[in-house]
Amino acid sequence: MKIHLKVWRQKDQNDGGRFVDYTASNVSPDMSFLEMLDIVNIDLVKKGETPIAFDHDCREGICGSCGMMINGRAHGPGRGIATCQLHMRSFQDGDSVVIEPWRAAAFPVLKDLMIDRTSFDRIMQAGGYTSAKTGGIPDGNAILIPKPVADEAFDAAACIGCGACVAACPNSSAMLFVSAKVSQLALLPQGQAERTTRVQRMIAQMDEEKFGACSNTYACEAECPKQISVTHIARLNREFIAAQF
Amino acid sequence: MSESLRNDGRVWVPKKKGDTRNPKDIPESERDYYLERQYPSFGNLVPRDVASRRAKEMCDNGFGVGASKMAVYLDFADAIKRLGKEAVFQKYGNLLDMYKQITGEDPYTTPMRIYPAVHYTMGGLWVDYNLMSTIPGMFVLGEANFSDHGANRLGASALMQGLADGYFIAPYTVSDYLASNKFNAVSTDAKEFKDAENSVTATINKLMGIDGKKTVDEYHREFGKVMWDYVGMARNKEGLKKALTLLPKIRAEFWKNVKITGNAHEINMELEKAQRVADFMELGELIAMDAMNREESCGGHFREEFQTEEGEAKRNDKKFSYVAAWEYKGPGKKQVLHKEDLDFEYVKPTQRSYK
Repeated sequence: MKIHLKVWRQKDQNDGGRFVDYTASNVSPDMSFLEMLDIVNIDLVKKGETPIAFDHDCREGICGSCGMMINGRAHGPGRGIATCQLHMRSFQDGDSVVIEPWRAAAFPVLKDLMIDRTSFDRIMQAGGYTSAKTGGIPDGNAILIPKPVADEAFDAAACIGCGACVAACPNSSAMLFVSAKVSQLALLPQGQAERTTRVQRMIAQMDEEKFGACSNTYACEAECPKQISVTHIARLNREFIAAQF
Repeated sequence: MSESLRNDGRVWVPKKKGDTRNPKDIPESERDYYLERQYPSFGNLVPRDVASRRAKEMCDNGFGVGASKMAVYLDFADAIKRLGKEAVFQKYGNLLDMYKQITGEDPYTTPMRIYPAVHYTMGGLWVDYNLMSTIPGMFVLGEANFSDHGANRLGASALMQGLADGYFIAPYTVSDYLASNKFNAVSTDAKEFKDAENSVTATINKLMGIDGKKTVDEYHREFGKVMWDYVGMARNKEGLKKALTLLPKIRAEFWKNVKITGNAHEINMELEKAQRVADFMELGELIAMDAMNREESCGGHFREEFQTEEGEAKRNDKKFSYVAAWEYKGPGKKQVLHKEDLDFEYVKPTQRSYK
């Protein structure tokens, strides 16, 4: 397959950035999207040019570091997948593909397709933890958790913090991310001790990072590689309101 | 794919060599559920080193399936019949979805094609009983240390070791270290800091100055292929000898001919990768040397010369009943082997049998 690429190139945070055209030749339909970019990069290095910078690590949809807008969609076409899980068989020979970094004020572009996601880390540091003492922990079955509750907490915990929800949202809102983290702990007994302070601090940090507000477009749910439901946003709102009293 | 799929999936190959029929068209009587046949009591649940070697053996002997012939089937048809599709989805949905994404095939209706691959190396950094390394104050937790996984790393043990070290050990030993030592503020003017900085800068400058012809990825693949071919699931003296001549050659060429574009004062993913690959080369060579040194088969380390008549690992406890650490002596210098004898007082090691 031959794929025509329009890739966002930006030298660093101060550079304005621009689209550059590349052609990826000898692309196999079995390749992942990142493997296709690897090939383009090998060619670029051979020509003495700087390869396209993008984040990646596990390449199996777990680490959450790869993420790019592909033809205007976070993580490209297909539902419930990260960019690394997108395969070239989703495209046709001769297709044109536009690749951009996540766009959000809270995610400054560092280089090409790499963005700075430390705003997410700061939200987590504000409250995305339990400070239960470690050490002599009770037996696993000493605290009983009904399966549907455990399942729902697990669905929320599946969030890999990739930022696709922010990139897909017209308001650059991080509500799906924050709601998944709050929800996961609000549902479980271990999360009860800091239940009120957690939601207040995480929301305050989210606002400070200049993420937008939620206006219920559900674009986040549609593009989330872990298919996290917007019902967690409803729980986040309930937790936040309850924490005021 | 996760090994846990073997809890319910059945592994098989066609009985006939080079059978290219669609798996659906191969009747039960023409399928070889070889793990169930060879290990009637454990069946598909034999440990991963055994399952891996048997899969490799099937493919090496021409029974492999799929376009590459480097795969065996992992079939969920019986599990779906027995438990229902919903129950299989509940247990393995995320893994089966992942497979579908990668291959474009639906594992609920057609058997998965699997082949063993390295994703973990037994062993790690040496630590003491408190999980502190040879560098005072540097603790190594989880799978980065050598302590828990010897012959065979078992399923979910990344979690096991992370939790055990993180919950039960580090909270006591790290805080004990912090409480019983005095620490002065360290400045970046310290000699140690300067030395470390200079050595990193020298490596970076050296890499950037090479300006050769081949990319980091090309060296990564070339080196990895040698590791895969000769230092993988089954090793032998001949192959290891070959690896030990090829690997240093590739490493030497890397340091003369690698091409890294851009510069060292910006985000440079190629430069970062080059340093990782350089480390991989050092470690890879060490693994090959260690495999050559250990003339027995034991758990994940399988030397073809040392096997029982049934093709199982044959240990040599007289000579190799020890744990060992290789001491790093600097780049290009020969590592030194330190041994610690294993003394089994009550429970004596025996030959495993999964028959």
